[in-house]
Amino acid sequence: MKRLLVILLLLASPLWAVQPDEVLDDPVLEERARELSKELRCLVCRNESIDESNADLARDLRLLVRERLVAGDSDEEAMAFIVDRYGEYVLLKPTTSGANWFLWLAGPVMLLIAAGVGWGYLRARARAPAGQENAALSEAEKERLRQILDE
Amino acid sequence: MVTELGHFALILAFMVAIVQMVVPMVGAHKRWSGWMAVAEPAANAQFFLTAFAFGALVWAFVTSDFSLRLVVLNSHSAKPMLYKISGAWGNHEGSMLLWVLIVTLFGAMAAWFGGGLPPSLKARVLAVQSAIAVAFFAFILFTSNPFLRVAVPPFDGQDLNPLLQDPGLAFHPPFLYLGYVGLSMAFSFAVAALIEGRVDAAWARWVRPWTLAAWVFLTIGIALGSWWAYYELGWGGFWFWDPVENASFMPWLLAAALLHSAIVVEKREALKSWTILLAIIAFGFSLVGTFIVRSGLLTSVHAFANDPERGIFILVILAIFVGGALTLFAARAQAMEAKGVFGTVSRESALVVNNILLAVSCFVVFFGTLWPIVAEMGFGRKLSVGAPFFNSAFTPFMVALGIILPLGSMLPWKRGKLGRVTWSLRYAFGLALALALLVWAMQTERSALGPVGLFLGAWITFGAVIDLWSRTGRKGSLRRMMRLPRADWGKAVAHTGLGVTMFAIAGLMAWEVEDIRVARMGEPFEVGGFTLTLEDVQRVQGPNYYSTMGFVKLERNGRQIATLNPEKRDYPVARMPTTEAAIDYRILRDVYVVIGDRQNDGSWTMRTYIKPFANWIWAGSILMALGGALSLSDRRFRVAAGARKTPAKGVPAE
Repeated sequence: MKRLLVILLLLASPLWAVQPDEVLDDPVLEERARELSKELRCLVCRNESIDESNADLARDLRLLVRERLVAGDSDEEAMAFIVDRYGEYVLLKPTTSGANWFLWLAGPVMLLIAAGVGWGYLRARARAPAGQENAALSEAEKERLRQILDE
Repeated sequence: MVTELGHFALILAFMVAIVQMVVPMVGAHKRWSGWMAVAEPAANAQFFLTAFAFGALVWAFVTSDFSLRLVVLNSHSAKPMLYKISGAWGNHEGSMLLWVLIVTLFGAMAAWFGGGLPPSLKARVLAVQSAIAVAFFAFILFTSNPFLRVAVPPFDGQDLNPLLQDPGLAFHPPFLYLGYVGLSMAFSFAVAALIEGRVDAAWARWVRPWTLAAWVFLTIGIALGSWWAYYELGWGGFWFWDPVENASFMPWLLAAALLHSAIVVEKREALKSWTILLAIIAFGFSLVGTFIVRSGLLTSVHAFANDPERGIFILVILAIFVGGALTLFAARAQAMEAKGVFGTVSRESALVVNNILLAVSCFVVFFGTLWPIVAEMGFGRKLSVGAPFFNSAFTPFMVALGIILPLGSMLPWKRGKLGRVTWSLRYAFGLALALALLVWAMQTERSALGPVGLFLGAWITFGAVIDLWSRTGRKGSLRRMMRLPRADWGKAVAHTGLGVTMFAIAGLMAWEVEDIRVARMGEPFEVGGFTLTLEDVQRVQGPNYYSTMGFVKLERNGRQIATLNPEKRDYPVARMPTTEAAIDYRILRDVYVVIGDRQNDGSWTMRTYIKPFANWIWAGSILMALGGALSLSDRRFRVAAGARKTPAKGVPAE
């Protein structure tokens, strides 16, 4: 709910995301620019890509991306250019460098651990001696059952 | 006057909660029935006192009592009545009061409907529930008191944030809180069971309705928030993987896991300690969610310093409850020996896989949400984790879940044959595959997203139908199908809802059409087979805002199908503009129009989207909630008062 409080900051400027005058004439280049924009963070907003953001800074970044693409950069080169200037904070999808391996591997490793534990549990259940589940009721339970039947 | 009474009632409720936390717990330990019996009237008193306090706050908002600080900051006399009322919880202090009101409501409900509970378990459950209330009463009274006055009342208030002045959002927080706090009931039952040292089928039957209710409320709350984001924020996004959204999504995932694992405890007396652990963690995540939202920790590490007192308070509450419960769990978990025996291919195993996928996917969301803080503090790297990461790291779990769901839900208990189940689902599989291939051939893009989403949605939906049909016996009959227990219908409806939502999200993301342009007055333009014409732009005055309203004619094949009125509103008191998208809702697609700025030559910037299957996302959520509600109304929960009297072996394993 409090996301709004931040979104208002963006709305405070009457501009909004991708303006008609930004759009490139070449639809292929424009499409690539849009895809890259979705992976770049608007630096003054919270958790929004420059593709969605209304902030002036996001507009500057969008224009910069387009400039690089028009200049003939590949997607990777354009991204590298922007990361060089603004730091890895602008990447909404973190790289796989250094400690970020923890982030990317956390899910798969946890899945393996959980699958291992789960498999161990299932094996144990399958091998458990049958008949155990029909174990006799405790004295208290028998007493209560008798009461209920009497009622 | 009413305000002072409300304040007083709140303090009184705090006192009652302290009594209810201590006396019944001691009573249950010493077997003193008089002390245990304190719990029930105390739970009632606590609820009514808190309800009175909350009522007093709402009253202050309704009557625009500007001697109250909270009302000054969040209300205005010209605001529509609905938003005066919802303004009471549209702020930190009020929303915490709503939170604690719901804690006491659930406590009171446990007292009302807990007639069949063993007295000592009931006393302990109510004591634990009250301990949670005590923590939050203290939080409110010591750090965020809603009843503070201002020395010199102003003539009018500063208005509620205009984005919050919306029907969807008026009801979003109450539902979300009913969900968060509903999980406190599962937590209280888990802790009480650990203290009792006993978990059996009857216990699971007691916990499941609360979890189910919490999950239903969370589903509705999240769907409302997402729907609001869709029509209000102006670009039709419905999910942003924002930390605040993740904070509500994680408890949802765990509640879904919990209500499935509780089935295994109920039917088969296995997975006991896992279910207890899950109940503790699920509520823990509700607290983490509150902490994230309330402390502002994740906005930035530094925003935390703005209000350290509140953040640390919630952190302490979290540490005490989750830490305490986990310690208790470590000490007592051995007592929960599993009884049920089952093969590695069985319904039980399928539910274990369901739990693994849901819990690990929740872990991924958790890790991704917290990673920016960990990376900054631990590795000195300032980085972001946003939607692209979650889309690629989280989605595989949901795809896997979608694939195994129909198979797992048809496997028999105890021991099953995968081949037989697969064979009975052959039509569902064939039909889903055929649909996906057809769409794959029809669509122009190369993206596999749409067809895969369609396959999963159709597979789950047809699977649910076949599952339901197969329950009517060898030949199957419609009449017998109608008479199936509501739990069976609930399961089918909720699973169908999940399938519908999965398909809709994939379809919307794959086939959306976007158009950005400068629209000249009266000059038609085409977007995805529709013709739009901006005919007029007018200044309109609303109750507490001014609006720039566009009149857009929407045509299809030369016939006018709608006039859309996208607006830009300006709230002078809150000094904030908002965009109000105009949406032509249809079953298969929405046409979504936003108006922007006036250009020098009198034309206007306009954004138009064709959003296929957008409504299906929320239709699926409604189906999920409906399925949960159907299950909840099943006879075996209504007669659950007698549940404990049934010995474990008498519970049919279907």
